[in-house]
Parts: sequence; structure tokens; C-alpha cells
Amino acid sequence: MAVQAATASGAVAPIVLEVEAAQRRHRVSFQLQFVLTWAVILGAVALFLANTVKIKPDFIAEWLPFIIGGVWITLAISILSIFFAVILAILGALGRLSANPYFNGVASLYVSLVRGTPLIVQILFIFLALPAAGIVIDPFPTGVIALAFNYGAYLTEVFRAGIQAVPHGQTEAARALGMRERQVMRKVILPQATRIVIPAVGNDFIAMTKDSALVSIIGVQELLYRAQAAGRPTGQSFSTLIVAAIMYWVLTIILSFFQARLERRMAAGDRNR
Amino acid sequence: MSAATAAPVAVHDPYARPGALTPAGAPPIVSVANLEKYYHRNHVLRGCSLDVYPRETVCLIGRSGSGKSTLLRCINFLEEPTVGTIEVDGVKVDADPLRARRDGSDREKIRRIRTTAQMVFQEFNLFPHMRVIDNLIEAPVRVKGVSRDQAIATAEKYLAKVGLSEKRDEYPNRLSGGQKQRVAIARALTMEPKVLLFDEPTSALDPTLVGEVLNVMKELAHEGATMIVVTHEMAFAREAADLVYFIEEGVFVEAGPPEQVIEAPRDPRTQAFLSRLLQRT
Repeated sequence: MAVQAATASGAVAPIVLEVEAAQRRHRVSFQLQFVLTWAVILGAVALFLANTVKIKPDFIAEWLPFIIGGVWITLAISILSIFFAVILAILGALGRLSANPYFNGVASLYVSLVRGTPLIVQILFIFLALPAAGIVIDPFPTGVIALAFNYGAYLTEVFRAGIQAVPHGQTEAARALGMRERQVMRKVILPQATRIVIPAVGNDFIAMTKDSALVSIIGVQELLYRAQAAGRPTGQSFSTLIVAAIMYWVLTIILSFFQARLERRMAAGDRNR
Repeated sequence: MSAATAAPVAVHDPYARPGALTPAGAPPIVSVANLEKYYHRNHVLRGCSLDVYPRETVCLIGRSGSGKSTLLRCINFLEEPTVGTIEVDGVKVDADPLRARRDGSDREKIRRIRTTAQMVFQEFNLFPHMRVIDNLIEAPVRVKGVSRDQAIATAEKYLAKVGLSEKRDEYPNRLSGGQKQRVAIARALTMEPKVLLFDEPTSALDPTLVGEVLNVMKELAHEGATMIVVTHEMAFAREAADLVYFIEEGVFVEAGPPEQVIEAPRDPRTQAFLSRLLQRT
């Protein structure tokens, strides 16, 4: 701004400098008050809890590595699940947009069924009900399958919308160049649709890291499971659950940071301004 | 009005006149026979026949909704004609509105027609996720199986031709409308097609940018490219076209060289259209 003003008139008008200084002051004071608000609220809560609940620092120090070890399991489940969920979602979206009634029917049934039942029911169904049909799956793969299936269904709709958001002219131009339908989809439509859906996929990935806590009920030793395993027998659930909660929070903050960076990069590549 | 009762174009018989630059007796490179198109129950094309000979530039003019774009889009099967036959460079495909016979061989034929007859769109339709050079080489490499190096060499040649060599590595969104359309023309040329189809190539452009695109097109026309151009630019048609077809309500009303159709139209409908167009400018 200052550069423009300077080049346009030769010298920066005093009023411009004054406005800029005022804007800077306002920004700084906003940020200060923002941070202060967080600090006051969190400090008050911590102070209150420290005075009402007996927290044993020794106990936390002893079990912290065990609980934090669950973060890696949580991350592993989430990353594997989102990977398979995206593959399912692309297939599902192509199915939902397909002119083939069988393919379309399968994809629509999948979406309807998975979105129409609770995730926890799906997890328990795979783990507890499928063995009755002779299908026995370990807890960890069960968790990945359930989460991937569940999020795959939601992401199917995201990808479908993303594909439909690519202007029809792109399809026409690709066809007019002589591309086969498969090439049109892979080289022209999907790359553009991917850019459109990245924010939504990022959101779902972050949501999934939290939903992965549900697989603790089938014995996957992830973050929540370990917090409970450490806290329950010793009567220290308060400490261990607080630790788990803080871990989830930190995890989502870190992931949000990467998501924001990825989105900025994609936006830059898209507009290239 | 059905195809049978549609008045034939009496003023000028396009079949009798091979292009000015074509040896007499040469076969047409694009042949549209008795084409009809319905959108649902709306009869958009009511029996259009058109032969285009190599090195000819043909302009299709008419008011919006007259069917001229639909006709052009039927030639490369972006629209499925309801009745009629399209033949491009010896590849012949009949209309198949029920898509009953759209088997592998028919689809291959349509792809061959599309590679032979490249289209330039009103809205440019460049691929925004690819650099200019990648926009140009994508189809030659993937569709025609040209080697990457050779495709790049061809692409650079045509980028130079449209005067945009320095934009080689830019993304389309960095370009002005006129530059985008020139890249789109270069993209079509990089396929080394035998026919170019232009669908109102300057209609989406800022008036100040129309000239640069028309200049490229005029140059192509004068170099002997075979072009079918749907346009409202009468000055371009007058200068570059060998033949002008005036279309109204899905039939050709008048056809002939521009001196006749544009300068001295005989049909009252052509006269009305042109006078309205001239009043506007």
C-alpha cells in the first residue's frame, strides 16, 4: 500500500501514514486482548481444578509416556483410514455420477447405508457381529475399516459435489481434443475436483482423528484407550482423561495448521496471482 | 416445418462451388448431410446440409438461437444429432440419438473426427491446472501418441504463431481473455488438425481484445487453413470467408460468397438480420 502511494504521487501523503499507523495499533491491541482472553479463561479453569481435584504429578509423570504413545496409534489409524476413505470416496463419487444403473445403485446404497447408521454401531458390527458369519478381524484393522467406510461415504458426497463443480466446458474441451472419457476424468476433471475438495477432506481428517477415539471400545490401544487403561484401575481418570483431551486438542491444532498451509498453497497454484 | 418441406437454399448451391483455393473435383473435407437436431421436442436444426472443401473458410451467421452453434457442435459430436450424417476427412458417422449403435468402433470414429476437426470455444476452456505449454501438449501426447519432445516443439511453434511464446510457462489465469483465446487456438493447432471449428471465439471477449484474436484467425484463413466459424463479426466474415451461410430457425436461408450474402443479401430475413446488426454498431 505504502509503495503504491509513494509511486503514484512521488511522496506518501501524511494521512496515509497516519491511517497505516492506526491500523497497526488496532491489530496489535486486538491480538493482545485475544491472547489475554485465552490465558485468563484457561488459567482460571486450571486454578480451580488444581484446588479441587487431587492431582498427583508423580502419577502423571509415570504414565505420560504410555498415554502419549497412544497418539501414534491414533495418528496411524486416522492416516490409514483417510487414505482408504478417499479411495472409496472417489469410487463412490464416480458411481453416484455414473450412467450405469448397477454401479450407481451400489454407490448410492453404500452412501445411504453408511450415513444412515451410527459409526459406533458400524464399529461394533464389524467387531462383534461379523464373527458370527465367520469373519474375524483384529481390533486395529477393524477400526481402520470402520472409519474408512464411514468417512468414505461422507466424502463420496463431497467428491461428487467437487466433480460437479468443475465447469462443463472443461469436459467439452477435453472431449473435443479427442480424449477418451477415462482420460477426461483422470487428467482434466479429477485434478480440478481435488483442489475443490481439499478443504473439506482436511476438515474430515481432523474430525476423524477425534472420532477414532470410538475404536477404543473394541480394544485398539490408541490415545483414549490408554488414558482409560491408566486411569481406571488407579482411580486417576481425571488426570489421564485431561491428558488425553489435551493431546487431542494439540493434535487438531497442529493438523489445522498444516491444513491451512496446504489450502494456501493450493489456492496459490490455482490462481497463480 | 420438417426437413422434407424446408425450402432448399436456392440462391447459392454450395455443392456446385468447391472452395476458391481447392482444385475442382476435390472431395469436401467436411460434409454435413441433412442434419436435424431436437432438444427434447424443440426442433433446433431442421435439415442442414453443408460441404466444406479443403482450404475454405466458411462463416455461419445468424441470430442467437438460430442453431448455428448447435450445427457446429454436431460436427464434432459434442451434441448428438437427431437425424443426418456427418463426414469428416472420410470418416462417416450417422446420427444415433438413441445411442443404440454407439459401440466401440463408432466411438473411435467420433474420436478421429474430433482429432481431425479441432474446436475453439467461446469460453476458451483452457485447463486451469496446467501451464500453457502443458495445455498444448496434453492431447497430442495422450491422444495422438506424439512424443513429448516433438509435441513441445510443435506447441512452441504455434505459440510463436499466436505471438505468445513468452507465456509458455504461465498458468491460464495469468492471461487476458484475448491471450487465453490465442492459447486456445494454439492448443487446437498443436493437434495439427485438418479443420478448425470456431464457436463464437470473440463473443466472450472485452471489445478491445477482439482484434488480436481475429487477426490470428485472419492469418490462418489466408494461409489456407480449413475453418468453419460461427461468428457475429461481419467484418471478419467479409474479409476472411470464402462462403457465408445465413441460418435462421434451423435452416440455411441464404449462402454464398460474402460479397453476396453480406453486401447484397437477397433474402428478406438475411436483410433484416444484417440491418439490425449494423444498427447496433
